[in-house]
Amino acid sequence: MKKIFSRPEGLTDTLMRYCPGCGHGIVHRIVGELLIELDIRERTVGIAPVGCSVFADEYFNCDMIQPPHGRGPAVSAGIKRARPECIVFSYQGDGDLASIGTAEIIHAAARNENITVVFINNAIFGMTGGQMAPTTLPGMKSTTSQKGRDVRKQGYPMKVCEMLASLDGPYYLERCAVDTVKNVIKTKKALKMAFQNQLDDKGFCLIEVLSMCPTGWGQTPVQAKKWIGEVMSAYYPLGVYRDRSKEAK
Amino acid sequence: MTKEIIISGFGGQGIVSSGIILAHAGLIEDKHVTFFPSYGAEMRGGTANCSVVISSEPVASPIVATPDVVIIMNEPSLARFEMAVKPGGLLLYNQTLIKSKPKRKDITVMPIEANVLAEELGQGRIANMVMLGVFAKKTGLLSLRTLKNAQRKRYKKANDEQLALNDKALEKGYGLFGNSK
Amino acid sequence: MAEKKLMYGNHAIVEGVIAAGCRFFAGYPITPQNEIPESMSVRMVDEGGVFIQTESEIAAINMLFGAAAAGKRAMTSSSSPGISLMQEGISYIAGADIPVLVVNIVRGGPGLGNIAPAQSDYYQSTRGGGHGDYFTITLAPNSAQDLYEFPKLAFELAEKYRNPALILADGLLGQMMEAVEFSFEPIDPKSLPEKEWALCGCKGRERRVVRSYDLKQGRLEELNLRRAEKYTTIRKDEQRFKDEYCDDADLVVIAYGTSSRIASAAVRMARQKGLKVGLLRPITLWPFPTDVLADMSKRIENFLVVEMSCGQMIDDVKLATECRSNIHFHGRPGGGVPIPSEILEKIEAVLGGAR
Ligand SMILES: Cc1ncc(C[n+]2csc(CCOP(=O)(O)OP(=O)(O)O)c2C)c(N)n1
Ligand code: SF4
Repeated sequence: MKKIFSRPEGLTDTLMRYCPGCGHGIVHRIVGELLIELDIRERTVGIAPVGCSVFADEYFNCDMIQPPHGRGPAVSAGIKRARPECIVFSYQGDGDLASIGTAEIIHAAARNENITVVFINNAIFGMTGGQMAPTTLPGMKSTTSQKGRDVRKQGYPMKVCEMLASLDGPYYLERCAVDTVKNVIKTKKALKMAFQNQLDDKGFCLIEVLSMCPTGWGQTPVQAKKWIGEVMSAYYPLGVYRDRSKEAK
Repeated sequence: MTKEIIISGFGGQGIVSSGIILAHAGLIEDKHVTFFPSYGAEMRGGTANCSVVISSEPVASPIVATPDVVIIMNEPSLARFEMAVKPGGLLLYNQTLIKSKPKRKDITVMPIEANVLAEELGQGRIANMVMLGVFAKKTGLLSLRTLKNAQRKRYKKANDEQLALNDKALEKGYGLFGNSK
Repeated sequence: MAEKKLMYGNHAIVEGVIAAGCRFFAGYPITPQNEIPESMSVRMVDEGGVFIQTESEIAAINMLFGAAAAGKRAMTSSSSPGISLMQEGISYIAGADIPVLVVNIVRGGPGLGNIAPAQSDYYQSTRGGGHGDYFTITLAPNSAQDLYEFPKLAFELAEKYRNPALILADGLLGQMMEAVEFSFEPIDPKSLPEKEWALCGCKGRERRVVRSYDLKQGRLEELNLRRAEKYTTIRKDEQRFKDEYCDDADLVVIAYGTSSRIASAAVRMARQKGLKVGLLRPITLWPFPTDVLADMSKRIENFLVVEMSCGQMIDDVKLATECRSNIHFHGRPGGGVPIPSEILEKIEAVLGGAR
């Protein structure tokens, strides 16, 4: 019998502990494939965040570091500047990147650090039990916005790609999703470009991925995918927010 | 031998530079030296002062509380440091800018028309150099030649003309009391 | 003998760091240490190194975490409020067993405090500072010469034990000018051996992971116990101090950094008056020179601790002397700097009272 599907060598042979239907696993697989396809696994240092994907340091089959909550971009900058020959990616959730680590991501982008950021937007704090994130939609329920996010008291969500696009620094910004096969393929294409840009010394690339958190959202995996397509991507439109390769022309 | 010195005036009078020149001079003559300026917020108030210690032994405290010598460049500094001088110590003050008279009788007090003398050389702002010249002569701690070398270590980017003028001011101060070498 | 150069303490650190083979600096401006990043912005670049002015001290310490985890000598400098902000990062770095150098040019606190010299960050430096069971090797220079030489020592200790090291100076030492002798051959960073734990891509080897967490049952306990053994070794082998006139002393003054300079002047004044007074200057604050003090306390009745704080190191003196001696204190908090005569007065009061 022919084997037609297997774990890419870019991932370790460890059982992932994500919930059924979680988007993290899909994005891990994409990154794992790219480490091999771009032949960069042996020169890559990855950054695992604090969040559900803290265990990414066990899952990616390359050198990994696990820094404080939100500080991935600073740690990435330190590694990349100390060892420019390495490929450095920072894998972060929306609590990590858009809440506690807001300053670090904005300044890494403004300095156009030559790193690749994989930004998982699941509109919730997954690891700590489904609390409100900066990305939680207006009216959306979470364990700290139990009647739905009240924008008058709890403010409005942060749109990271739009916000970073207001800076001159970043080289490439795109928002993707992993709710459908088509979108997964698009996400992989975007991430491939982001790593390629780093190889070509272009600078800061961030790929935001709208990603399912069925557990935090109180939905089934199928509902969660549908919710991204119908609700979440309406608030967070998919697309390219910055592409300096086009601007140059 | 340990000499503890305080130099005080307002910003722009070359207080810090004078201190650093003395420290360089001490080092040129193989002495142990420390220089410590007032820094930060205090500087912004317009006053500046610094402590210099020149010693034949390693300097213990770089903080000068009871100076052997004070070089006073403006009125507020006189009020602040006159009483601190060690009995038997030396107080040099810039008479051009200071109208009050020091009251201490147990120290040597020397008024110097520093700004007038500097203006005579064509540049009021080198009044500090005149004072350093007097300091060298009255304390016998440093030679005139050393001071001339030392100012060159401080003002690395100055042109020859300015350096020569500074030398003249040092000489002028050195020659004020007794014969100049 | 090499030529001596008149230098600001803050500039001596910069030259010492570069001579120690460090080519990575990240930091954020704060008085009274601004001369360090200012000078680094020129010197690091001249030497082909990395200089980054960060958005905050939080970013600075985390960039260090990255650069040092990648196996390079890396340092930051700041002053008290900035060091407080770095504590989370230092805790992670200690928990991941990564060597870095952090320089604290201490100023008056708590809070924004003032910019005057102070020694009120002793507890923070010697008790770990952040969360968790860890210590940071802490060196206390007291001259521009030390500021030049200690970065090298700090990196060597940090790497030997895979632990963060601090240099705890203060505004006076940073802002003071003194002669510095370039007393050692500068280290070429390329000559430093590659670390067997550095993250640099897993070509030809197993992948490596640098982290401070371990959620598996019992594993963190095991790790911390192993780290505790390392701390025991450091405590045993790395205590450093200097003593003056202690052999026949009736009273020994204990002071570090700037205070030790001023205390040394007071001790000399006391000796001139015929008083038998000595000085013990801890050079490592962690590990504290407990052994020499324990020993001294068997014959010396009175110790006078002098600190530019309300009294922090005094706790370590009490622990080391185990109640065998009388411990007196003279402190100047909030940016106050003692003068020799006030320490002398205190010495005389203690010895007078003792008689
Ligand atoms: C300084 C600090 N504050 C709070 C936490 C607790 N904490 C761990 S993960 C997390 C939120 C993670 O959310 P997100 O980044 O969205 O990742 P997800 O779990 O959703 O993948 C928080 C608040 C922490 N570890 N450190
Ligand atoms: S809580 Fe959400 S983000 Fe975390 S593993 Fe489960 S589904 Fe994924």
